[in-house]
Amino acid sequence: MIVDSSSPAPAKNSLLLSSGADLQRTQTPYVTGTSVIAIKYKDGILIAADMGGSYGSTLRYKNVERIKPVGKHSLIGASGEISDFQEILRYLDELILNDSMWDDGNSLGPKEVHNYLTRVMYNRRNKFNPLWNSLILGGVKNGQKYLGTVNMIGVHYEDNHVATGFGNHLARPILREEWNENLTFEEGVKLLEKCMRVLLYRDRSAVNKLQIAKITDEGFTISQPYSLKTQWKFKAFENPTVGAEGSW
Amino acid sequence: MFRNQYDTDVTTWSPAGRLFQVEYAMEAVKQGSAAIGLRSKTHVVLASVNKANSELSSHQKKIFKVDDHIGVAIAGLTADGRVLSRYMRSECINYSYSYESKLPVGRLVVQLADKAQVCTQRSWKRPYGVGLLVGGLDESGAHLYYNCPSGNYFEYQAFAMGSRSQAAKTYMERKFETFTESSRENLIKDALFALRETLQGEKLTSSICTVAVVGVDESFHILDKETVQALINEFEIAGEEAPANEAAPQDQGGDAQGGDAQAGAADQGPTDQGVAPMDI
Repeated sequence: MIVDSSSPAPAKNSLLLSSGADLQRTQTPYVTGTSVIAIKYKDGILIAADMGGSYGSTLRYKNVERIKPVGKHSLIGASGEISDFQEILRYLDELILNDSMWDDGNSLGPKEVHNYLTRVMYNRRNKFNPLWNSLILGGVKNGQKYLGTVNMIGVHYEDNHVATGFGNHLARPILREEWNENLTFEEGVKLLEKCMRVLLYRDRSAVNKLQIAKITDEGFTISQPYSLKTQWKFKAFENPTVGAEGSW
Repeated sequence: MFRNQYDTDVTTWSPAGRLFQVEYAMEAVKQGSAAIGLRSKTHVVLASVNKANSELSSHQKKIFKVDDHIGVAIAGLTADGRVLSRYMRSECINYSYSYESKLPVGRLVVQLADKAQVCTQRSWKRPYGVGLLVGGLDESGAHLYYNCPSGNYFEYQAFAMGSRSQAAKTYMERKFETFTESSRENLIKDALFALRETLQGEKLTSSICTVAVVGVDESFHILDKETVQALINEFEIAGEEAPANEAAPQDQGGDAQGGDAQAGAADQGPTDQGVAPMDI
């Protein structure tokens, strides 16, 4: 009855499972965050994400902080399974702690943290036990801006603007049109808000409570949560059933 | 050093609070052929004397590339040096793999020093019998460190180790203040001069020495024999005089030997080569 743990992932209902290892593989996410979007701007990086934690199709948790600082030089934004994000934060905490303990004036910058995360995510994927997240890692070190992303299968890249999940489909086309490398802070925020508004209208898992974080050579700030103004007074939304027989 | 009853084990203290085995290991470093290092703000130069056992054999390799931005020169038990170089290479490449960036030199030397310390506190081990001059560049600039068998490490502007290294140290002590702002070429020339000091009058040629450089836009590499010989010719033709940043006067004419031109240091005995062509 003992199943060799090196065999491929067993069927969910397998009665042959007795080795604990298989029971710990992530199969599906439970509490998830939706898109995160981020851009480089004149002085550093801007990251935006809403504060929703969905439980399937239920918008259950509305105060989830999905953007966190990492060391002195970076910010991480996560979408996907929230508990896996919390686990990642613990890994990063240990990483930064050990880095600080050298006490030698050197510190891990955003590029190093991004690469470390890539290794972690890819290695977990290879063991068929992924951390079910798409992560954005942005920061500034010695005047150099860095913005990258890595997801649960280990795909990673850097760019001037990145997004996770639905953000890739709805926000990035806007960013491709309207991003430039000399955006001021105000322009950057406005651009991100424009993208977040589209996501709010079109992404079922989006909630209208967001935070925008910034990181520059001087340090980071994560804004207090706030809401976007939305516009629903469209003619087609008034008396929507007027042309449909039998509808209410 | 005298033999005594406290020097059999590395884990035995002497009544005076010394670990003789560790000190004996440091003797081994002094017996090796000379190796020197010096650094400026932007470059580090390592140079070593490579003596072959006989004309028939090849030279001992004493300078190793550890990574694009770090190199090491060794003196003492070269086998120990080789093993430690492999460790250093391994550490550098593992760091690069995880973090996609260069291992800071300061961290590498601490890891190396901790590794050496272990051997001073285990009854079934012996200290590494090799001194390492680690030269490299990272975000915080150019660095030169000396790691010794005791597990201690220090950062230096310039350093020499191995046999007759005191002569090189004396030369560098006079000139080290100029090193920070030195150009790459002058730094290499100073290295060659310092190396020559350790040769006790023997002629410096590129066949008995090795020179390596690492710099801000220059990966660590060992200079080839032709380049080194060209540099040696360049300064030997100029006589006993040190390069431009020395204020030594040109008009020696009837002055005493070339040895005096080098700021008249009395302990220049070994360099009284008598081959100063300008001594007309």
